[in-house]
Amino acid sequence: MRTLRFLLQKEFKQIFRNKSLLPLIFLMPIIQLLIIPLAADYEIKNINISIVDHDRSSFSRALISKITASGYFVLADYGNSFEDAFKQIEDNESDLILEIPVGFERNLIRENREKLFIAVNAINGTKANLGGAYLNKIIAEYNAEVRLQWTDPERFSPVPKINVASSNWFNPYMNYRFFMVPGILVFLVTMVGAYMASLNIVKEKEIGTIEQINVSPISKVNFILGKLIPFWIIGVFVFSVGLFFVARVVYGIVPLGSIGLIYGFLAIYLVALLGVGLLISTYSDTQQQSMSVAFFVMMIFLLMSGLFTPIESMPEWAQVIAYLNPVTYFIEVMRMVVLKGSEFKDIIPHFLKMIGFAIFFNTWAVWNYRKTS
Amino acid sequence: MKQFFTFVKKEFYHVFRDPKTLLMLFGLPVVQIVLFGFALTNEIKNSKVLIVDYAKDAASQEIITKIGATDEFVLQHQILSHLQIEDEFKTGRARLAIIFPANFQRDLLHQNSTQLQVIADASDPNQANTLTNYINTIVTEYQQSLSEVNGMPYQIRPEIRMLYNPELKGATNFVPGVMALVLMLVCVLMTSVSIVREKELGTMEVLLVSPFNPFMVIIAKAIPYFLLSLVNLSVILVLSITLLEMPFNGSYLLFFAESSLLILTALSLGLLISNSTDSQQTAMLISLMGMLIPTMLLTGFMFPIENMPLPLRVFSNIIPSKWYYLIAKSIMIKGLGFSAIWKETLILLGMTVFLLTVSLKKFKIRLA
Amino acid sequence: MPEIVIKTKQLTKKFGDFTAADSITFEVYKGEIFGFLGANGAGKTTAMRMLCGLSRPSSGEATIAGFDVYTETEKIKRNIGYMSQKFSLYEDLTILENIRFFGGIYGLSDREIEEKSQHLIGLLGLGNETKKLVGALPLGWKQKLAFSVAILHDPKIVFLDEPTGGVDPVTRRQFWDLIYEAADRGITVFVTTHYMDEAEYCNRLSMMVDGEIKALDTPSNLKKQFGVASMDEVFYELARGAKRTAD
Repeated sequence: MRTLRFLLQKEFKQIFRNKSLLPLIFLMPIIQLLIIPLAADYEIKNINISIVDHDRSSFSRALISKITASGYFVLADYGNSFEDAFKQIEDNESDLILEIPVGFERNLIRENREKLFIAVNAINGTKANLGGAYLNKIIAEYNAEVRLQWTDPERFSPVPKINVASSNWFNPYMNYRFFMVPGILVFLVTMVGAYMASLNIVKEKEIGTIEQINVSPISKVNFILGKLIPFWIIGVFVFSVGLFFVARVVYGIVPLGSIGLIYGFLAIYLVALLGVGLLISTYSDTQQQSMSVAFFVMMIFLLMSGLFTPIESMPEWAQVIAYLNPVTYFIEVMRMVVLKGSEFKDIIPHFLKMIGFAIFFNTWAVWNYRKTS
Repeated sequence: MKQFFTFVKKEFYHVFRDPKTLLMLFGLPVVQIVLFGFALTNEIKNSKVLIVDYAKDAASQEIITKIGATDEFVLQHQILSHLQIEDEFKTGRARLAIIFPANFQRDLLHQNSTQLQVIADASDPNQANTLTNYINTIVTEYQQSLSEVNGMPYQIRPEIRMLYNPELKGATNFVPGVMALVLMLVCVLMTSVSIVREKELGTMEVLLVSPFNPFMVIIAKAIPYFLLSLVNLSVILVLSITLLEMPFNGSYLLFFAESSLLILTALSLGLLISNSTDSQQTAMLISLMGMLIPTMLLTGFMFPIENMPLPLRVFSNIIPSKWYYLIAKSIMIKGLGFSAIWKETLILLGMTVFLLTVSLKKFKIRLA
Repeated sequence: MPEIVIKTKQLTKKFGDFTAADSITFEVYKGEIFGFLGANGAGKTTAMRMLCGLSRPSSGEATIAGFDVYTETEKIKRNIGYMSQKFSLYEDLTILENIRFFGGIYGLSDREIEEKSQHLIGLLGLGNETKKLVGALPLGWKQKLAFSVAILHDPKIVFLDEPTGGVDPVTRRQFWDLIYEAADRGITVFVTTHYMDEAEYCNRLSMMVDGEIKALDTPSNLKKQFGVASMDEVFYELARGAKRTAD
């Protein structure tokens, strides 16, 4: 125990003396937490639409004003040549073309049916899909209005109607940032923790002090604890600043569930994560190597964590990888506890798996850190 | 000239003798292409949906079957009471719940109007929105199938054509972005670290006192990374065309020319970083931590730039990969020629010239 | 008969096909300054790492301070000090912090640490520099400090791996004064070096060539044995026959 105290004193002094590392640990996560949620927004709005109106009738004008009034679309161009509109798609000035054929009004009234042509720039499939759906919805509404206006109520029996009443729980204002901020916070803590832990032992290897430690009677476990505890504390600190300062003050996110539960999970998560960092460290000889490997691992952790894209939509093999990624669980837990107020009983499986990760990675790291070769 | 090639050869040795660098150089792009191509998608699929069916009649059954038949939904299980919904949401076992009231079909047939309640776990608002929309579409279709029997007047039928990407594959959007990201990160990181390493080891001084022109030193250091990046790009291209079945509609020559331009921009940036720092660690931190997030977010392939707040939109203009992303999409997918991308090309060219001038100036001062 | 503190018998270390240290057999007595000489790549560092418990021997026997190198490495570590070729104090800690840290991990009490650091700082004349980061000290001082830290816990044996590389002659002389002082206190000194004048300071010397010990005696006996006037010549005589080239 006494040895550990000396190890901890030393580590903290070294961390706080490293002037290039400090801003990275404390400032960067906060700045990123302020910026990323602003950028990470899937909400599709302001879709640029080019309308090619060959009809120029009161019907076509009514439809167009309905589209522009919807709030989803910005009228980029109104003309009568499809080629011109297509050119705008090529130049990224427009996302979508609506072509209203000649005789739209006449045909609709006389023949009871008429077509509309929509062409969407589908390079971004999600955006295209949503844009198309929005436009379809507006056209359907317009169609209903026309029908109401022109139908003799006596002639047709009223259309059976199913009213869909939808409600959104846990995030009634549909604020996307509420969803992103807890996840991004997890990821930033992960980056800081894993990078520092992976660099640290390697640094002692590189400058040769590890030899001095290896001939001393310090036990493996003490040495590794001496390395883990400072980063564990820093991890908790960074997380707290993010949660209480940035998330609460800047984004107004107040966890619905228990703060104690979040910290309980964080405690175990950090142990698992630092284990990953140590593991990378024990497999590298230079700081550059461990940084490259850590970056590689972090990249996969980031992409496969469900932070930006839903895990359910992944193919099965990818879901297997995602569920072998400790980051996935903490992001889930954060979103559940912070947004939905989930309780301990709801996240018991997450706890058990995280304890498993912590034991697995640390055992491997301790086993691989040999004092003798 | 012979000296020059000796030097270039030496740089190649550095790269090929370090397996962990090679992992960065070639492993990362391949992994990214596979992940982005196959694993990551913005689409909402396989969402678990709870059914609370108080009606248990033909109409509710038909709608449930329709929902279960889509890719978007997986019927979780039917629960008996809506009171259980919150618990199910809290454990994450479901994303959406649909409640059919008793007398669902009877109301529909006799009163011509009935209710259906959809409750979404909106902790992910994007997903909640999309799922609610899907349900709406399914219900509308069902409704229309009822009306069709009656014969509807005044029907407007929109015909949608998905240009460039009829199957709405995520890869079409991601791949040009991943190319931009990989070229940027790899080039900036590799050049900056390799130059700083020579400084740290003291070998830079040896090179500078040699009769070799110092500018040639820099060029010789850049050439291997330039070539490796082109190889890298080709690997990504081959993978995405064969594995991901991406289209390539434009000119390969133009594509490689534009890519070379981005590589040059990245190399110049790497040079600038290496001139401004003295340790490999700092160079790495700047190139990785400082560049990864902005490049990933502001290139535009993960999140649409036009949705971002104004300061970020403005800032995104100085990210070279943003312009390359526009160029790559135009050439690869839209199959456009140079006339469509000359503006973006000019901007990249301007950036390169600027970065190169600044860093060479700094380099000269250091020599003096 | 003086007490034996290091005893090896047929100690061997192989890395694959390469035999770095081949059947090394020797004894070192308490309070002795034992020089361990050899060209670069002769196997000195490998042998020393085995004795410190940093590397497991492939075969043979060895006891350090009475403890077995296979089974009792942790006990060995309590009884030895070590100073490596690479300078190995923490450059981003101050002098006092380094002393306190290493004292602490060897289990000295706070009072002992306090007393010893005062003594040490007085001895090295570093009174005004205690708050300085070690990284800011000149190399010679760093090495003297590293040695003092290595014997802070009064080990039975201290292993020094080329301790005076890159240091000027005056500082080297001062460094050896520290070594003598330690030996007088009964600490056995096991030192590798390239400097033949330093070899002359040792009580006994061993010469390693190609992983084997080719000669072992006092400096004067060795000179007599080879019929030469200086240690330099002894070294050349032996090293000339080496098959391994230096690294």
